Amino acid sequence: MRLDVVLRVVTKLLLPFILVFGLYVQFHGEVGPGGGFQAGVIVAACIILYAIMFGLDRAMRVLSVKAVEKMISLGVLLYLGTGVAGMLMGGEFLNYSVLEHDPVAGQHLGITLIELGVLITVAGTMVAIFYAFAGRGR
Amino acid sequence: MVLLTMMALVVIGVVRLRNLFAVVILSSIYSFLMASVLIVLDAVDVAMTEAAVGAGVSTVLMLAALYLTKSEEAAPRHTPLLPMFVTIVIGAALIYGAADLPPFGAADTPPNTHVGQAYLERSLPETGVPNVVSSVLASYRGFDTLGETVVVFTAGIGVLLLLRRNVRSKAKD
Repeated sequence: MRLDVVLRVVTKLLLPFILVFGLYVQFHGEVGPGGGFQAGVIVAACIILYAIMFGLDRAMRVLSVKAVEKMISLGVLLYLGTGVAGMLMGGEFLNYSVLEHDPVAGQHLGITLIELGVLITVAGTMVAIFYAFAGRGR
Repeated sequence: MVLLTMMALVVIGVVRLRNLFAVVILSSIYSFLMASVLIVLDAVDVAMTEAAVGAGVSTVLMLAALYLTKSEEAAPRHTPLLPMFVTIVIGAALIYGAADLPPFGAADTPPNTHVGQAYLERSLPETGVPNVVSSVLASYRGFDTLGETVVVFTAGIGVLLLLRRNVRSKAKD
């Protein structure tokens, strides 16, 4: 039982850093290694670690099953929406250069948006699958 | 080379062990070794994915699946001759194919002379993104990445459909 306490305290200390690292991988992805997929997996791992250490119910209170399942499609919609926004603003599908006045700034915005879409979908899918697996044992 | 030897040892362990819990942990170790190999190959992005997905999330999912089933692998009912034959034929074909590949990192291969060069030269002025991997993934091949995201989406929906229906029918019983 004592070991459990140690693990829980260490997990509590680590969780914010894992989450921040995930966000760093997401928003720093254009400069360093990483991107939406990696960031999504790190964020999902953070939630899964929380669920393992503190129980499924508490994790589901933080991020409910419904929210997770909505995340799966929300990410794809964000990605597609960025593509369609490029079309509406006079470019081709997924042409980010037209999103802003400066093509380079537009590219930057477009890449950030679609990486965010990838993050939401990947994190949602991973956590949803974990919830589905872990929820069956009960 | 050391890493590859360790990976081979882990694979032998995976093949020989009957305890599935140990196999899952060994495959997690295998993923970590693979991530190290990818770092040696300068593919940090892929190494990160391998460490997070292969060693982290998929291990947890495997353990969750083990929790639902037995943790001891049943002894095979048929002789191992046919699988062994198939493995040897495929392995031989792969080695035969790999013999024709250009040496690793050769500068005069077609991808390194045309496409790779063009991406490296155009990425920074056109997208302002210093990491060419990101700009190729998100910008030049945005459609490709969209497809990948949809694949993740579809896989997630598929797994959820399978698992959730079982939950409901269980509740009915």
